[in-house]
Amino acid sequence: MPPKLAVWKFASCDGCQLSLLDCEDELLTLAGEVEISHFLEASSMIAPGPYDVSLVEGSISTPADAERIRHIRRVSRRLVTIGACATAGGIQALRNYADTEEYRSVVYAKPEYVATLAGSTPISAHVPVDFELRGCPIDRSQLLEVISAYLAGRRPGIPDHPVCFECKMRGTVCVMVAHGTPCLGPVTHTGCGAICPAYGRGCYGCFGPATRPNLGSLKTWLGSIGMSRPDVDRAFATFNVAAFEEQPDDPP
Amino acid sequence: MTHRERTLRVGALARVEGQGAMYVRARDGRVEEVRLDIYEPPRFFEAFLRGRAHTEPPDITARICGICPVAYQMSACRAIEAACGVTVSEPLEALRRLLYCGEWIESHTLHIYLLHAPDFLGYPGAVEMARDHRHVVERGLALKKAGNTIMELIGGRPIHPINVRVGGFYRAPTRAELAALTGPLRRALDDALATVEWVAGFDLPDDRLDHEFLALTADVYPIEGGVPRTTGGRTFEVADFEDHIIEEQVPHSTALHARLAGGGRYLTGPLARYALNRDRLSPLARDASRAAGLGPVCRNPFQSIAVRAVEVVYAVEEALRLIEAYRPPPDPYVAVPPRAGIGRGATEAPRGVLFHRYELDPAGLIGSARIVPPTSQNQAAIEDDMRAVVQARLDLDDAALTAVCERAIRNYDPCISCATHFLDLTVERS
Repeated sequence: MPPKLAVWKFASCDGCQLSLLDCEDELLTLAGEVEISHFLEASSMIAPGPYDVSLVEGSISTPADAERIRHIRRVSRRLVTIGACATAGGIQALRNYADTEEYRSVVYAKPEYVATLAGSTPISAHVPVDFELRGCPIDRSQLLEVISAYLAGRRPGIPDHPVCFECKMRGTVCVMVAHGTPCLGPVTHTGCGAICPAYGRGCYGCFGPATRPNLGSLKTWLGSIGMSRPDVDRAFATFNVAAFEEQPDDPP
Repeated sequence: MTHRERTLRVGALARVEGQGAMYVRARDGRVEEVRLDIYEPPRFFEAFLRGRAHTEPPDITARICGICPVAYQMSACRAIEAACGVTVSEPLEALRRLLYCGEWIESHTLHIYLLHAPDFLGYPGAVEMARDHRHVVERGLALKKAGNTIMELIGGRPIHPINVRVGGFYRAPTRAELAALTGPLRRALDDALATVEWVAGFDLPDDRLDHEFLALTADVYPIEGGVPRTTGGRTFEVADFEDHIIEEQVPHSTALHARLAGGGRYLTGPLARYALNRDRLSPLARDASRAAGLGPVCRNPFQSIAVRAVEVVYAVEEALRLIEAYRPPPDPYVAVPPRAGIGRGATEAPRGVLFHRYELDPAGLIGSARIVPPTSQNQAAIEDDMRAVVQARLDLDDAALTAVCERAIRNYDPCISCATHFLDLTVERS
């Protein structure tokens, strides 16, 4: 029997599971190696669990979803989160720092109809997670690496250095040093291929914090090249807001 | 007297973007209630956009939808540039249109091959379909990849492109870089024409909708902008969108339904664009539509798959034309200094008109934001169509009737991730 792969969705934009369908050259090969047993966006065929590998997209933000992820954990041998929502709560975690009641009334005419938790939390706040794949969105080749690794029974080979390393490997001139462009690359987890600096813009942190980032030093730098404090705070308060909030400002 | 009541439920719709469910109730041979339920959790974008800088909405609102991030980026840029009184130069507009063509190709091909065609050929999904029709699915994936390649080159990556900014781009590609797309796009054009021929051969159920159509109109087939117009003869400026489109909560439903002011429900998306802009298609795309048996207006929603295929032909050809005509702009963007004001913008997302409005303070911080995605505009039309589909087929058994309802929903390619921040969640079930 081929191993069973399942894909699950919580609060998210669908982009990370779309990354699997964006593997145009590999999709049919992958489908020959695994049984895609539960992937609602791609097929109405649903095979019962247990599943060998579950890919989970999205954050937990409703009482029903908090229950559903516990069920998914029970029927999954390996559970891998894909993307910033599942790994860090996503941009919708901005509500964790605001008044959810007030948010609800801004968006909905009859807010009392909307069932929601006060916060948007990562999957790991609810169940044990075997591997967390970063990115808003995730990188296709990293996704294939993680799936291949679990099929082969090894740990995924996903580096955890900052984006700066990738700029150096690509030969991209440092946008902050050379042009004074604000860049979160020094504290951001690698994985995207350092695309933003290659296009002349600073990294905006969509892969979340690197391991032991020196946030305090970077914030000082950003101030010295002309960013106001509110601008600096907003720069960290986007797609991985909850993960950056957890990091100390002091050097590690 | 005995009453025969019959209900159909699909708890989790497959092959749609996002999390939706379907509920139908019939009594004594009459359909009494039809609902496309949305249980996708809310993400509150309009709320947390407040207080953000006017440069941020393209990146932030892209995250509403991974399938059509470029649509969000383009509508956001349009609205903010309008608020700041800035117009973007012609070469930058052309580059935006080219990027958007990439998204149309990618999104439409995803829907045609992976989400919708399995319905017509009797498979649960494209992977299962590939066991019998491998070369067809491979053709679809290659065509989809051609769209992604455009987005990767111009946008930096296909999902949540990084190169779009208010006023233009961070970096404009060189002519040589774009020329590298020509070969793959020429092959894609053959694949796109073959796609129209393929879907034209599908056996289509009979159905007819009578909604008014709403689409943007322009000198060219509308993608990155235009003037809203309806088949009922109504025309208005994007700046007046909110005077013409009313959203209201109806008592028996949990969703905000859009309607035309002083009018009824309407439909936006490929069928509407085609009905209002067919004469703006390229000759090749028009010929393809004729060969596929499409008239000047398609009112059978099951024909939408063919209209999408025709739009893919157009988008591939248009991308080739834009690449051929491309001259790098003098600067990759125009400066957009903030000022106090309100700006509105609308573009044609693959699923229809996507409207944004932002209110800025003098420093450019957002005071309020409003986003009206196509799927929430279409919700009333989708439910109305489901009602007609069910009423005409009450003699079918539950499984067959449920299947045809799901197919009918997929005609509209609903994007529930997009719609959700406007739709209520909790459904009262008696």
